[in-house]
Amino acid sequence: MKLTKMKIAAPLLSGALVFAVSAAALAADKKMNWGDKQVGEIRSGYTYAAPETRSMQDDDFANPGMVWTDDGKALWGKKDGKAGKSCASCHGADAADMKGVATVYPRVDERTGKLENIESQINFCREKRMDAKGWKLESNEMLAMTVFVRHQSRGMKMNVATDGAAKPFYEQGKEFYYARRGMLDMSCAQCHETNAGMKARANTLSQGQSNGFPTYRLKWQKVGSIHRRFRGCNKQVRATPYKAGSSEYLALELYLASRGKGLPVETPAVRN
Amino acid sequence: MAKARVKVPASVKKGEVFEIKALVKHKMETGQRKDRKTGQKIPRDIINKFQVTYGGKEVFSSDWNPAVAANPYIAFFLRAEASGDIKFKWTDDKGKTTEETAKLTIS
Amino acid sequence: MVTKIVMQPATRRDVMRLAGTGALAAMFAGILPGIAGADPAAAAAAIAKLTGGKAAKEGKIKMDVPQIAENGRTVPVSFEVESPMTDKDYVKSVHIFADKNPTPDVSSYHFTQHCGKAAVSFRMRLGGTQNVIAVAQMSDGSVYMAKAPIKVTIGGCGG
Repeated sequence: MKLTKMKIAAPLLSGALVFAVSAAALAADKKMNWGDKQVGEIRSGYTYAAPETRSMQDDDFANPGMVWTDDGKALWGKKDGKAGKSCASCHGADAADMKGVATVYPRVDERTGKLENIESQINFCREKRMDAKGWKLESNEMLAMTVFVRHQSRGMKMNVATDGAAKPFYEQGKEFYYARRGMLDMSCAQCHETNAGMKARANTLSQGQSNGFPTYRLKWQKVGSIHRRFRGCNKQVRATPYKAGSSEYLALELYLASRGKGLPVETPAVRN
Repeated sequence: MAKARVKVPASVKKGEVFEIKALVKHKMETGQRKDRKTGQKIPRDIINKFQVTYGGKEVFSSDWNPAVAANPYIAFFLRAEASGDIKFKWTDDKGKTTEETAKLTIS
Repeated sequence: MVTKIVMQPATRRDVMRLAGTGALAAMFAGILPGIAGADPAAAAAAIAKLTGGKAAKEGKIKMDVPQIAENGRTVPVSFEVESPMTDKDYVKSVHIFADKNPTPDVSSYHFTQHCGKAAVSFRMRLGGTQNVIAVAQMSDGSVYMAKAPIKVTIGGCGG
């Protein structure tokens, strides 16, 4: 990694964001053996977190995100909707059906040609199969169920398809990732690719991987989805954010998942 | 909906001092935050008491103020004296309680 | 760099100053710069109210805190108080204060000999860089105090 100081122009704002390198920190970083949380140059957000934060994630009884997993488990078996079904009715009480699912989402539904993520898949099942009302994105129920479903793949390697029907969405997401936006005129890549490992004020920039989402963020004091994070990131460069569940964010989610290929699913992760 | 997670070791030896971990979901609204639209302070709403009963008596308790982080986590210790139930109770400002029970087995 | 520190008990110089209630405030003077509007004297007053102005001794309390909090909204803190924890000699309570939070009281922990160990891990909120103070009341009426500084920083983009 190049050890340079970079000044990012922020023409409409007073104060520029300066990325400073702590050479000692980087050197110490490189020495750690991160096990399955690092694949070549690809590193999970776990590897950028403080030791206390990592400890919080490592212990299922210290990890606040696990309360949402419990909630999701309770919802899994609960009958809802006019068809009188629960998730368990089709997918089994122990959710063994869900093992591996998180590793291949987002993915294109062959029947509709639409790109689906876990949340949209959950609502598809609720509306079309259970004849129940869809859950609002970022609602407690949706978060709990998304965490629960993704949690079943914890430890398994991310492996989304980016070819075939997924290719156009992949390309769209990739374009989004590298496009500059907002008053700060910055792209995802500038923080999470070029400057990953460097500091923005007191925070160390991660690679912005999605393998731990929905994640418990200390800042949010609750679990939140990757689309919520996208909205936050866009707002932070003073760009108008897209809506959660939008086609832009869905494509970005797919592209991001592909960047994390090989990383283990960590849901629910604990991050700053 | 599950509200609390408690970890008690599967079995302990008599006299052993063992660790218990407890996690409960709660916003712990401090009363300092302002509603963005109205400018009014959002009223305080926290869990203010945590009590642990073992062998029929209260063996550990804790009083919490708004500076306790959201989704409060606590780890503490008990001495294994007899097999039986360990009861956990969280009480909020409104007097609402959440309770959990764990069985302790002395091997 | 974030490393765990085992903090030191209040220094002898600090303890010597504790002649009476008002002198407690002197202990908290000259701390690291922190939150606007925070009042270290409030923490001193809260502690004095708790101990009835009794002088606190150094020692017995070990605190484990991060040097720099990754996020002020959730800071993991642990403490352990040396004690045989018998029915005749045990730690009655440990009270935690943050000397620059809007209100200094954080939490209190009440033990019995059935605890076996007076040690707790919990998570607290820190409004800014400040000291976390632990005050232990023992079954024989004695009081011990320890403090640990924690830096709280402003994050990358918008906190």
